[in-house]
Amino acid sequence: MNDKQPIIQIKNVKKSFNQNDHQDLLVLDDINLDLHEGEITAILGKSGSGKSTLMRIIAGLIKPSAGVVIYRGNRITAPAEGLAMVFQGFALMPWLTVLQNVELGLEALRVPKNERRTRSLKAIDIVGLDGFESAYPKELSGGMRQRVGFARALVVNPDVLLMDEPFSSLDVLTADNLRSDLLDLWQSKKTNIKTILLVTHNIEEAASLADRIVIFDSAPGHISNELTVDIPHPRNDQNPKFRLLIDDVYTFMTTSATDVGAAYRYKTINLGYRLPNVQIPEITGLLDKLYEPEYLDKKVDLPILADELHLDIDDLFPITETLEILRFAQVSKGDIELNAAGKAFADADILERKKIFANHLLSYVPLARYIRRVLDERPEHRASEERFLSELEDYLSEDAAKEVQRVVIEWGRYAEIFAYDYNTGQLSLENPN
Amino acid sequence: MALRIKPTYTKNEVTTWSIPNYWDVIAMVLVFAGIILLAWNAKQMIAPYHLGDLIPISLNPLYLPMYALRTTLRLFIALFFSLVFTFVFGTWAAKNKHAERLIIPTIDVLQSVPVLSFLAFAVPVFIFIFHNSMLGPECAAIFGIFTAQVWNMTLSFYQGVKTVPNNLKEAARVFRLSAWQCFWRVEVPFSMPGLLWNIMISTSSSWFFVVACEAISVANHTITLPGVGSYIALAITQENSRAIVCAIFCMLVVIFLYNQLLFRPLIYWTEKFKEAQDDDAKPPRAWIVNLFQQTKLLRSTSSWFSNIGSLWINLPILAISTKIKPAVIKKTSRLFVGFYYFVIALITIGALFFVGRFIFTTITFTEARHIMWLGIFTSIRVISMIFLASLIWVPIGVWIGLRPRVTAIIQPIIQFAVAFPINLLFSTVAMLIITFKLNVEIWVAPLMVLGTQWYILFNVIAGASALPKELKLAAANFKVTGFLWWRRFILPGIAPSFITGAITAAGGAWNASILAEAIDWGTIKLHATGLGAYIQEQSTLGNFPKVIAGTIAMCIIVLLINRLFWRPLYNIAVKKFQSD
Repeated sequence: MNDKQPIIQIKNVKKSFNQNDHQDLLVLDDINLDLHEGEITAILGKSGSGKSTLMRIIAGLIKPSAGVVIYRGNRITAPAEGLAMVFQGFALMPWLTVLQNVELGLEALRVPKNERRTRSLKAIDIVGLDGFESAYPKELSGGMRQRVGFARALVVNPDVLLMDEPFSSLDVLTADNLRSDLLDLWQSKKTNIKTILLVTHNIEEAASLADRIVIFDSAPGHISNELTVDIPHPRNDQNPKFRLLIDDVYTFMTTSATDVGAAYRYKTINLGYRLPNVQIPEITGLLDKLYEPEYLDKKVDLPILADELHLDIDDLFPITETLEILRFAQVSKGDIELNAAGKAFADADILERKKIFANHLLSYVPLARYIRRVLDERPEHRASEERFLSELEDYLSEDAAKEVQRVVIEWGRYAEIFAYDYNTGQLSLENPN
Repeated sequence: MALRIKPTYTKNEVTTWSIPNYWDVIAMVLVFAGIILLAWNAKQMIAPYHLGDLIPISLNPLYLPMYALRTTLRLFIALFFSLVFTFVFGTWAAKNKHAERLIIPTIDVLQSVPVLSFLAFAVPVFIFIFHNSMLGPECAAIFGIFTAQVWNMTLSFYQGVKTVPNNLKEAARVFRLSAWQCFWRVEVPFSMPGLLWNIMISTSSSWFFVVACEAISVANHTITLPGVGSYIALAITQENSRAIVCAIFCMLVVIFLYNQLLFRPLIYWTEKFKEAQDDDAKPPRAWIVNLFQQTKLLRSTSSWFSNIGSLWINLPILAISTKIKPAVIKKTSRLFVGFYYFVIALITIGALFFVGRFIFTTITFTEARHIMWLGIFTSIRVISMIFLASLIWVPIGVWIGLRPRVTAIIQPIIQFAVAFPINLLFSTVAMLIITFKLNVEIWVAPLMVLGTQWYILFNVIAGASALPKELKLAAANFKVTGFLWWRRFILPGIAPSFITGAITAAGGAWNASILAEAIDWGTIKLHATGLGAYIQEQSTLGNFPKVIAGTIAMCIIVLLINRLFWRPLYNIAVKKFQSD
């Protein structure tokens, strides 16, 4: 449908990070994607799916391990003129005023002082911040800070705007407001921006802004699906077509391409699986919720559940994934349903719950089973956490390995299958005295 | 609830540095070789010299303001060079891991070299370079002051540049700032709060050394530079108590002005660079800042300065494009890095040989044993004094720190006390010791911590006032009182900041020992048995091998105590007691 040359072409991009001497960790696998003129593209994925890494490769901040990114016929190897970025954490210099922050990009382009001033003031005007030119970022609210972020990006007159979760550190109302202002700006064609790439984990955000939604799956990050959205702006989130789109996206995100149509199979994980960063109260809380009469014994729609719990998918998916791993519930096609074990757990008292949890943890989480076996085998029943950490690092990045270890220690302590001493970093079978 | 560590004196114990110990050894060998080389040159250069027209020091109090001005000027010239050094080496170490491996341990070793030893070696060298001119001793004094202030500044800046948040770095790169622009717009401002604190502490402790550096006797020459230090030295030889009182009063005024005109505005200015304002600590009011903000003339001056700054940052020559083919860089740089390590290895072997030869040929076994013996004496003094000072100041500091209104009154007073060059009072103590026929071995010890004990108090107050209010209430609610209250609440709560204070105080005490263990009053010399007195006596005599030996011994003792005692203690305190 696009006979014009795409503005950005991503061809066979792979990225792996140096893990340790003998192993590399693959985060992005064979990404192919084109960004066309007049299009807002959203990359949607869970955290850790490599979507931000891809955006940084496009921005020229990191180099791909293989493949190329081509911008208007030139290969991107370093940050290029014409590409501007808006950051999740705003990335404003706290020691510069709003005006100085906006001028920064122009200083780098060696724009003369007077022109710098007029262009910056105009950009500040466009994002609706006039009157705040001399304010420091710390005086502004989150939403206003992100407006500065937008002004800073607009002032260098880019034709590609990259946005890395720009609304996710804002509260719901502010984010809504900023999103609609962005759309107005985009549709008014007041700027030179030809294409926008948005990275997000918020399904509704992607659905309300994007013309095309690219769904990312993790380990390693790859494109699992692509949807074209042809609902005209402004999109009403009560519109049935819009609801249907959201439902579709949920289904795509909970179903991997392989198991469509097959009978339900629980997810089986290996030793180095990146356990979701979920705490015990979140697990028990969701189990209790699903045990309530209105959800019991039926497939519960995830968007409805997320709505009910006031959670983002980034918060809900890890918990549903945990229930699936521990085999307390079945999750498929955007639905969740408690199984017999899940019901038994929800029905039990505190001590009984711990027993059920311990049983499932040892049966279905290889890492927990492995730690317990090592401790059982050793005569003194003790082992250092470092030992398991270095083993995990064969599978995961250093930070991810630490997180997984922290998660498994928390789960294991709750289940009372082992004990942990923070000061010494020792895992053991003893009870604290 | 994040317990923020207040910015404080940056010693290596406090930086997160985990590089194998052999780099420390390499740094130590190189620094020692450097010292020996310098001293050996110094020895060659001692010759009868003529300094041109000596300006005689007069004890007339009318000259004091002029002397004070000269003294202050020396301090600020040294500060300028310290800043240049900090920007160059701090950035270099933060940006290049190969340079970092050498620079950081070297600074760590240099930080433990007593300032007055640097001075002893520098004087003959600078006199030789600028012979027949007062510029020689002037430069030597400035060099001495420089070595007193630079190390912690560099470490702090290095730490700052290393910890610039990733998203700011990325923003700078996406918007394609040149390295020069990024340095002034991102790295310097980000490191500013920590660096400013270290500048302020450095200048405060510099007053001590600026006074000591002005009247220096090396190799039987006594050189006096016009300044408050020389004034007081002359007053001591003439046993003129009235002049001493005048000098002390003059110094009080200078420190007061320095506090008001520089210290306060700087603290106020620091707030600008912080991400968020502290709720508890309101920035101190600085009338000088108000003056600048309210006066039209001064305001236009400051906007003129900011224009100059912007021109400096955007200098067109320094907009070096970053577009060099990466493959080429990789190849040449790998070759270069290999060469770099090869050269370091060669130099280290050479230096090792050099130091070894020096130690085995110049220092006899009995001398070495004697120096070690003296080292033990001084160690005992330092350790017991830090212990005693802690015993006194920890309860007082906690009492003050838990009362915000008292803290607000006391903090400026301590800032003042820290800056006051306590060596001005040494002669007074000497008089007391003589009058009451006190034991010199014992009574010189308090002098070593007189100036540096404030760091303990200062940090304890900071630690205690940073304790979350809720914890205080919880402790009261559960009726945790008395010994339990100290053991379970206060001591763990203030541990990291107390230890930082004690490290700083101990470092200062070692430095001060060179002056404190050997004090004079007129013709009476009160010399205690100790390494500090030894270094001072030998450098007065111009006996350089012995000065070197004493310096190296002190250096090793300080490093050992830091590595084996302070660093582990600090790590435990942070890991165990800092809530995150």
